[in-house]
Amino acid sequence: MWGIEVIFKGKNLIRLLGGLGTALEISLIAVAISIPIGIILGILMAGRNPVIKAILRVYLDFVRIMPQLVLLFLVFFGTTKVWGWDLSGEVSAVIVFSMWGAAEMSDLVRGALNAIPQHQYESAQSLGFTPLQTKIYIVIPQCVRRLIPLSINLITRMVKTTSLVLMIGVVEVLKVAQQIIEANRMSAPNAAFGVYLFVFALYFAVCFVLSIAARKLEKKWS
Amino acid sequence: MPELLKVNNLIKRFGDSTVLDDISLTVKKGEVVVILGPSGCGKSTLLRCINALEDIQGGEILIDGENILTGGKHNSKVGMVFQSYDLFPHLTVLDNITLAPCKVQKRDKAQVRDEARELLKRVGLFDKEKSYPRELSGGQKQRAAIVRSLIMHPELLLFDEVTAALDPEMVREVLEVILDLAKQGKTMMIVTHEMQFARAIADRVIMIDGGKIIEENPPERFFTNPDTERARQFLNTFTYESVRA
Repeated sequence: MWGIEVIFKGKNLIRLLGGLGTALEISLIAVAISIPIGIILGILMAGRNPVIKAILRVYLDFVRIMPQLVLLFLVFFGTTKVWGWDLSGEVSAVIVFSMWGAAEMSDLVRGALNAIPQHQYESAQSLGFTPLQTKIYIVIPQCVRRLIPLSINLITRMVKTTSLVLMIGVVEVLKVAQQIIEANRMSAPNAAFGVYLFVFALYFAVCFVLSIAARKLEKKWS
Repeated sequence: MPELLKVNNLIKRFGDSTVLDDISLTVKKGEVVVILGPSGCGKSTLLRCINALEDIQGGEILIDGENILTGGKHNSKVGMVFQSYDLFPHLTVLDNITLAPCKVQKRDKAQVRDEARELLKRVGLFDKEKSYPRELSGGQKQRAAIVRSLIMHPELLLFDEVTAALDPEMVREVLEVILDLAKQGKTMMIVTHEMQFARAIADRVIMIDGGKIIEENPPERFFTNPDTERARQFLNTFTYESVRA
């Protein structure tokens, strides 16, 4: 029915899950790179140095305004043409997603730091906490609580956006789906519907779990 | 009684505007001084200077004869309670109270907890030690904030309009706690707009206007027959004449 049966033919299911694995691998590596970089950049953005702040602001706007697809093309094709780098699609994707993730993460960290009222610092100072103790016991715990749900949402967006990397030749879940549909064009002309529906279900399963976790944590710590 | 606090010719400016202009005062051990004055007269700024939250442009502030290091370093003999209570939102009431004694003063945790419970009982919050600040009413938060300050054993307690952000029915429960502290002989400086309370608790009233001390008197004198016309005008703003004939 609707071409769903195609998924269970031969190694199709394994291949689709493998594609999903590739997509998740790219996003998880990018997340692992972008979170620490984002935290450092965010702390700098909330800091006092106006030059650093301006540079980071431009970086953030650049990454945000540029469609991710254009960034992917820029890194994958552009670097080959200009510097002769032979980056694989996967490496290009990890670079682009790390740049993007670090930028978004830095904005979340900046927001979380700025959201801590001045009075929290003054109360801490009045109780005799040193600036370092204030950060350890008061600022960081509050920021982390604010950041975890927001970062999970960011990760969800990154997982979804990996569907673009098929455009630079990475065989992820959507690309596998296309290949399966192509191969079964004659035997199952409706396969497009069933296979894409299945891809939808895969993305949904991953992102839904993440977004539920985010909501739970948000509720717990609000 | 020996002097606990001595302020000599204190000057505080924000940019071009002078907020505190040549303020001198003393507070003796065990004394309760209420500071009154219109909004923006500099009374909160005075407390903030004494608590080393502001840098000063002139004069000196001595606590027990010791010059407080202005601009950052806090003097452990001073405790302050703010208008907006500012408990730490990620900690329970008990943890809010015990964090500073354990981490700053390195006191024994079990002993600090016992003292915290004792103080919570005293302010009527014994059953709230596991609550988070968001689960408390404004009055309860402010009482917890007072305990958080008390447990550090400050010699001078500063109260900066601690009831100004509260609903009227919660004002009393907080003021009762402060009255109780006065009975225990704590040295306090209180900025407030609650005139009845000021009259009941003060050993001495200081009125500030335009950054200067304009009158300093015992409460009976200040509230019934002040020396200055400015104080009289100020007190009149708290009474209303009947509109009925």
